[in-house]
Amino acid sequence: MKSIAVVGASLAGLRAAETLRAEGFDGVLHLVGDEVHRPYDRPPLSKQVLSGDWDVERVWLSADEKFDALNLTTHLGDAAVSFDAAALAVTLASGTVLDVDGVVITTGARTRTIGGPMPGVYTLRTLDDAQAIRAAFEKQPSRVVVIGAGFIGAEVAASARGLGLDVTMLEMAEAPFERSLGADMGAVLADVHRDHGVDLRLGVGCEAILGDEHVTGIRLTDGSEIETELVVVGIGVIPNVEWLDGSGLTIDNGVVCDTTSLAAPGVVAAGDVAQWHNGHFDETMRVEHWDNAITQAAHAAKRLLHGASVGPYEPVPWFWSDQYDRKIQLAGRTTDFDAFQIVDGDIESRKFAAIYGRNGVIVAVLGFNRPRHVMRYRGLIDMKTSWADALAAEF
Amino acid sequence: MSFKVVVDYDLCESNAICMQIAPDVFEVRDDDFLYLLTDTPEEDQRAKVEESVQRCPKQAIAIADDSEE
Repeated sequence: MKSIAVVGASLAGLRAAETLRAEGFDGVLHLVGDEVHRPYDRPPLSKQVLSGDWDVERVWLSADEKFDALNLTTHLGDAAVSFDAAALAVTLASGTVLDVDGVVITTGARTRTIGGPMPGVYTLRTLDDAQAIRAAFEKQPSRVVVIGAGFIGAEVAASARGLGLDVTMLEMAEAPFERSLGADMGAVLADVHRDHGVDLRLGVGCEAILGDEHVTGIRLTDGSEIETELVVVGIGVIPNVEWLDGSGLTIDNGVVCDTTSLAAPGVVAAGDVAQWHNGHFDETMRVEHWDNAITQAAHAAKRLLHGASVGPYEPVPWFWSDQYDRKIQLAGRTTDFDAFQIVDGDIESRKFAAIYGRNGVIVAVLGFNRPRHVMRYRGLIDMKTSWADALAAEF
Repeated sequence: MSFKVVVDYDLCESNAICMQIAPDVFEVRDDDFLYLLTDTPEEDQRAKVEESVQRCPKQAIAIADDSEE
């Protein structure tokens, strides 16, 4: 293989490029990105960047000299617009065509939003988004309305409260994080937000954004209205696959890969854009977590260079979310769990670890300020430990 | 042969990823703080520590360049 294009210049793309070099690939290595910025880290955007604790300079993922040492041919601010998988040819917005021997797809995802563009209504995905919201916070809005209590919404709410701003947060489900944590644990998180002064409204969504020149409020699905000049929409993301129309790849909620991360001969995918069957959980998934972007990108890069011998990609997914003084971590999958047990601490103090089981096996662990337990139990999940043995384990 | 591991405790948030990857080097204890079991691990730990450096969500771990010593 003489040339490889990594398409997507965020965390997964950078880690794929680093892995390709570390594994000895010394040919031409293209890095294509739609943003003009070199790769940066997204988790701080909804936390340290919004709160103003960090200068923007701290979000870069790789020191200049380390990035330069990768000897990449960068195409930043020049998005890929089409792809021919059979010919392994990537066409960029500028008209440049990259004819290569291998392609790593790491184009990630973009935010969903409500309605058309409207001043005062933001989503948060990029560095530019974060800086725009930070600037809006500094104007001391009378109220911040956050739509959606997932990762982004909950962290934006926490950051805004930390700055003393009034916050209303809406969530269509009956609890924040209901889908990933279950209703009971989601309710614990709801209480955390309420205790920090968030006006949390559950089971209700945004019907319409109000205003002409600038947002003036929103109308809720229950018919009521809230006045506000600042709305942050956090209702999830859509994988960036449109540039793959007509490419010959299979697209279904992302780029469909085999169990080894291969999407087509010479083509691998990783990160938020990749969908694959995780044999460990016997579940087809697309994982939007930071840690997965790293581990899947490394796996995909090795798959591209070394072939199927690298084996299937079967990780125990893990995420963390920092909200106020709570560190919430979940490892594994809670899908269709049929057993649940608090194994350390207690819910009242909001310092606890809980495990989830399915079909007699531990499948997930949740921690509120319990990182040590989360990682210990994650090891048990990795080994497909029986529910009984997981309950008996002491850490 | 050994090498030097450095943790920036101002950045570390005790996510404990490193502890899972390299339990002979990193340990998050009951107080939720990270402790280095050794700051000069043997060479056979290098791959695990390098993975910990990469996967630390706070980029709080570094392997010190030998030339600086």
